[in-house]
Amino acid sequence: MIIIIMMAGFYTVISQGNLIKKIAGLNIFQVSVFLLYISIGNVKDGAVPIIESDVTLYSNPLPHVLILTAIVVGVATTALGLALVVRIKESYGTIEEDDIHEMDNSL
Amino acid sequence: MIEQHISLLIVAIPLVLAPVVAVLPNGKLPWLATTVIAWAVFMLAWQQLEMVSGGTSISYELGGWPPPWGIEYKIDTTNALVSLIVAGIAAITMIYASKSVTREIQESKISLFYAAFLLCFTGLLGIAQTGDIFNLFVFLEISSLSSYALISMGKKRQALTAAYQYLIMGTIGATFFLIGVGLLYAMTGTLNMADLAVRLPDLLGHGTVNTAFAFIMVGFALKLALFPLHLWLPNAYTYAPSVVTIFLAATATKVAVYVMLRVIFTIFGFSEIAATPADEIFLVLCVGGILIMSFYAIYQTDSKRLLAYSSVAQIGYMMLGVGLGSMLGLTATLVHLFNHALMKGALFMAIGAIVYQIGSSQIKDFAGLGKRMPWTFGAIIIGGLSLIGVPGTAGFVSKWYLVLAAIEAQSWLLVIVVLVGSLLAVAYVWKLVEVLYFQDGEAGTTEVKEAPLLLLIPTWALVVANVYFGINTDLTVGTAETAVKLLLGGGS
Repeated sequence: MIIIIMMAGFYTVISQGNLIKKIAGLNIFQVSVFLLYISIGNVKDGAVPIIESDVTLYSNPLPHVLILTAIVVGVATTALGLALVVRIKESYGTIEEDDIHEMDNSL
Repeated sequence: MIEQHISLLIVAIPLVLAPVVAVLPNGKLPWLATTVIAWAVFMLAWQQLEMVSGGTSISYELGGWPPPWGIEYKIDTTNALVSLIVAGIAAITMIYASKSVTREIQESKISLFYAAFLLCFTGLLGIAQTGDIFNLFVFLEISSLSSYALISMGKKRQALTAAYQYLIMGTIGATFFLIGVGLLYAMTGTLNMADLAVRLPDLLGHGTVNTAFAFIMVGFALKLALFPLHLWLPNAYTYAPSVVTIFLAATATKVAVYVMLRVIFTIFGFSEIAATPADEIFLVLCVGGILIMSFYAIYQTDSKRLLAYSSVAQIGYMMLGVGLGSMLGLTATLVHLFNHALMKGALFMAIGAIVYQIGSSQIKDFAGLGKRMPWTFGAIIIGGLSLIGVPGTAGFVSKWYLVLAAIEAQSWLLVIVVLVGSLLAVAYVWKLVEVLYFQDGEAGTTEVKEAPLLLLIPTWALVVANVYFGINTDLTVGTAETAVKLLLGGGS
């Protein structure tokens, strides 16, 4: 399941010519990795990792904490990427990769 | 007090002060602050290297949590050398920046520029210092995100597309690395590098571990622009502001090479790598990179792009040493890390000085400038000689070790590749020299004068360093040999 999402995202990044769609693909790709981490943290029959007196087996909370950092990084990346797209749109007037290549070769 | 916390301070000082610089008023003040910070960190990094040069290592526990639970900064000779390269180049680049940035960056963005520069600096130092593999990912993203922003500040609009392209490829690389780290964590339950090295040998050959290794390698191959994953690099270096090009060319890829070394030798151990086809793949890619990228460099019409392609070829030399995996090969890699930072720094600074004067980096616009800018031209000649590997310059020392390593491994083909690569370097350096010196300039170029002193001093500081480390190899080779002993001893 995770691998399907991963490949879908990765394929979008590579195949799409639209810069916004590329970033969406990148996001899907990253989210699949978040899911991968979270699935690693699951312990069979483990309870939610909050200390209670009658529970002895907990899920591993560490991957969640790690991925929280990665989510923040992902947000920052997306924000920066979108900001760049805005600037590209301002100076080129288009966000299609092929058009941009064409314009720069003619310069 | 300072000695005890030195490894943390190196990373923390620029990190904490970056937001402070961001709110300083535009003008000279942000530059002054950044310069002071860079030099202070350089001094600390120097002291750190002296502390570990005997082969001992420092372990710093963040927040007092003992490893493997807490994040640990583990400094041995290798980290200390890499930190010193990063800090040294940053310190010298800052002198250069005062003039260059005022010319190339909009007045209103100057303090933000320096803040981003400091963040990038923090990230690169953090990667070098940390002993925790997830912490490494965080620092990797800090340095990458700020470098995308820095590149996009270039004057031409292609800088934006270059930064975007780098963002996409860089993020894919970092995410691959993250997948690899996740799989390693799933197998071992630890993120501390030293702890991983202890737990992994029992699991070697397991499918998941191999997959993790492959993901980490591909991720970082993207980051260090190993041929054929280098597509982002030429554009990024060509269109970024001069200061950013100098800093990134001299440090960012070097730090990525260092991470490769860490992962291969400290965490996995070279014997594991030798069991997979990874080392052969490295050798093939490096050979391809050296030859093809050098050819590409010859046909470039833009001087920055020419040097960028040459950088990709030089990364091939560094990874060649890793692929060989011998004592000599690794020494060559580490020495070349250091020397290439010096020579590419000097060359990009000299080109930056020309761009500062004439406002173009196209080679055809350089005609006849050699006679009008004799000092800049001299820097290009000596930097170029070092790039080629002429005896008496730093480039010779690293190529010498690389050839020795190839001979030791009985692979004559690699010896030939290194030599042919050097010949190709002669061709593209000559292309610059020919235009600069032997072609007469057009009528309009007569008023071009020598570059300002503030640009020349850092350029020549690096040029002199090139010659100095070509003659006196105690510091570079000595340190590299100690580092290699630790890497090979600790890993296998």
